[in-house]
Amino acid sequence: MPLKPLPGSIDATLDLLAKADYVGDRSLATVLYLALKMGRPLFLEGEAGVGKTEIAKVLSQALGRRLIRLQCYEGLDISSAVYEWNYGAQMIAIRLAEAEREGDRERVEHDVFSGKFLIKRPLLQALEPDTAGPPVLLIDEIDRTDEAFEAFLLEVLADFQVTVPELGTVKADHPPIVVVTSNRTREVHDALKRRCLYHWVGYPNAERELKILRAKVPGIPKKLSEQVVAFVQALRKEDLFKSPGVAETLDWAGALTELDVVALDPATVSDTLGVLLKYQDDITRLDGTKVKALLDEVKSDLRAAE
Amino acid sequence: MAAPEGRLAENILYFARALRTAGIPVGPGAVLDALEALSVARVGSRDDFYWTLHAVFVKRHEHTLLFDQAFQIFFRKRGYIEKLIASMLPSTMPGPPKAAPAGAQRIQDALFSGLDERDPHKSEVELDARLTVSDREVLQKKDFAQMTAAEIRAAKDAIARLALPLDEVRTRRLAPSRHGHLIDIRRTLRASMKAGGAVIDLKYLGPRVKEPPIVALLDISGSMSEYTRLFLHFLHAVTDARKRVTTFLFGTRLTNVSRAIRQRDPDEALAACSANVADWSGGTRIASSLRAFNKQWARRVLTQGAVVLLITDGLERDADDTLAFEIDRLHRSCRRLIWLNPLLRFHGFEARAKGVQTILPHVDELRPIHNLESMTDLVRALSGAPAKSYDPKSMLRRVA
Repeated sequence: MPLKPLPGSIDATLDLLAKADYVGDRSLATVLYLALKMGRPLFLEGEAGVGKTEIAKVLSQALGRRLIRLQCYEGLDISSAVYEWNYGAQMIAIRLAEAEREGDRERVEHDVFSGKFLIKRPLLQALEPDTAGPPVLLIDEIDRTDEAFEAFLLEVLADFQVTVPELGTVKADHPPIVVVTSNRTREVHDALKRRCLYHWVGYPNAERELKILRAKVPGIPKKLSEQVVAFVQALRKEDLFKSPGVAETLDWAGALTELDVVALDPATVSDTLGVLLKYQDDITRLDGTKVKALLDEVKSDLRAAE
Repeated sequence: MAAPEGRLAENILYFARALRTAGIPVGPGAVLDALEALSVARVGSRDDFYWTLHAVFVKRHEHTLLFDQAFQIFFRKRGYIEKLIASMLPSTMPGPPKAAPAGAQRIQDALFSGLDERDPHKSEVELDARLTVSDREVLQKKDFAQMTAAEIRAAKDAIARLALPLDEVRTRRLAPSRHGHLIDIRRTLRASMKAGGAVIDLKYLGPRVKEPPIVALLDISGSMSEYTRLFLHFLHAVTDARKRVTTFLFGTRLTNVSRAIRQRDPDEALAACSANVADWSGGTRIASSLRAFNKQWARRVLTQGAVVLLITDGLERDADDTLAFEIDRLHRSCRRLIWLNPLLRFHGFEARAKGVQTILPHVDELRPIHNLESMTDLVRALSGAPAKSYDPKSMLRRVA
C-alpha cells in the first residue's frame, strides 16, 4: 500500500483538515503543517471541549496512519506508558526450564527477558515501524500527570528512543507524529514546551462554529443552528465560571434535534441548560429572565443580520 | 539568493531580540527554528508569515498578545523598533552597583551560616532550657512591626535559614518499599533469577510520597504593609526549598509573582516582585482578588493536593456574600486552606470584623504569623497534620 503523502503546503493542510470534517482556521493549519514538515511534536493547549484531541484523530484518519493514544493520569508510570514484562508467561517459562532441568542460569535469564515476554505500551508501540507510515502518537491531557513523567517524556520526544534495561535501546527509524494536549490545569514545564510547536486552541468565532455544527450535526434545521451558535457565543461573553466549549455546543444541538425543536424558546433553553453549563453556580446565575433577555438579544441580532 | 536570505536572518534575529525585550523568553534555538520554519513553510502572505513565527516563538497563551503587538510594530515600522532595541541595549547589561550589595549579602550569610544548622525542634528546646534573654530569643518573639532596621536584617537571615521539613502526600505512583503491601513482580523475578529461579524472594511496592504544591496568596494592602516584606522573604525561602510554590500578591488586584520570586538572590527576587506589582500598600479587595484567583488560576495551580496559604488580616471593608462565596469555593478546591493572620498576635483578638467572620468558617486552620517563632511553628505545621488548637472548627465545637 503506498504511503499517503504529507501535505505540501499550508493550503493543502487546510484542505486535509476540511476533508476530514475538521473546520480549522489558518493559524492551526500553519502550525500543523510546520509540525509535520519539521518533525516536531505539536503542543495544543486550550479549554476543555475545543477539539484538541480531535485534531490528532483527524490527522491519523486523513493520513491513514495508526493512532496511538496515551491518556495521562496521576500516577502514570513506565509500566503502563512504555512497557511491562509479561510476568505470568515468564513464571511459566521458568517453571518449564526447571522441569526440563535446564540449570543454566544465564540462559534462563536471557530467554525470560527477551522480546517475546515484553508487553508494549503506547510509547514503545509508537516507535515501532508501521507499514502505513509512522503512527500518530497522541499524548492526551499531559497536565494530569506529574513532573517526573514530563521529564521522562522530554527524553523520548528529543531522540524518539526508549531504553529497556534488560533488552537495550529501541529507536524509531521514522519518528511518529506527536500531538500533546493540555487543559492547563497545571503549567507544563518550559523545557518540554520548548521542544514542541505551541498552539492555543481557542473558542471558534460564530462563522466557524456554524460550519463545525453543520458538519457534525447534519440534520439540524438552518434556523436552529444559527440560533444555537449565536446563543452559545453570547453565553461565552457572560461572566461564567466555565464557558461552554464546542463539544457542549454540539451536544446541545444534538439534544435539541432529538427533542424535535425547530427554534429556541426560553423554556426549552432553561430545561436543557445542563447540557451547556456544568457548574451549578453558572446555572443558577442564568435564571429564566436572564435566559429570556439573552435569547431576545440573540434573535434580534440574527434578524438584523438577515 | 544569499543576500536576501542574510537579510531575513538578520531581521528575525532583531525580531527575536525585540520579543525578548518585551518579556517573551526566546532562546537562540528558537531563532534557528524560525529560520527553518520560514524556509519550509514557503510563506506567501503576511498572515502565514505571522502564524509561522507565532508557532515557533510563542510557548504560552499569555504571550500571544505581546507577540502580536511586537509583530505589528516591528514589521510596519522597522526603523522604530531598531532604535528601541539600540536604546534598550545598555540597560540589559548587568549594572555594576547591583552586584556589590548582593555579593556583600552573601558574604554576610557565609559568615553567619555556621551559627545555625539546628532544626527548629532543637532551637525550641534550648529556648525553654536556658530562660536567659538572648538577642536571638528577643528576636524570636518580637513582632515584625516593632523591629528596627537592624533587627529586620537579622530576621531576614533567620528566615533564610529556616529549614523546611518536607510535608508529604501519598501519590498514586509506586516505589520499592520494604513495608509495602503490593508485590513488585519485576524485582521479585530479578531477585529470583539470581538463585536460578529456585527461591522466590518477595519484593514489595508501597505508595510513593511527595511534597504537595504550595500556593500563597499574600495581602499587600496598607494595613499589612509592616509585614509584607518579611513575608515575601519567607515565601522566597519556601520557594527556594521547594519546587512547586506559586505566589500571588493582592491588594486591589491579583498579581502572579511566582517567576519573579524564583530568583536565587532574595533581594533581587523582591525587587523583581515589586516591579511587577502596581498596588502596593493600597486598599484591600479580598473578595474580588479571590474571585480573580478562583476564576483564572485555581484550576491551573490547585492540582495534586495543593496547600493554600492565605496571608491577610481579613480586614475587608465591603464584606458581603461574594466574599463568603469565593472563600468557600477556594476552600472546596484545595486540600488544605491555612489562614495566616498577623492580627492574631493580640490576645484579645476577636473575630469581630465582618471580613474575619466571613472567612473563618471556611478555613481549615487559622494561625498567627507576626514573629519568627510563629513562622517556625508554621513551617512545622506545613510538614505535619493540622494542629488541633488552630483548627477553627474545634474552637467552635468547644463553645457549643
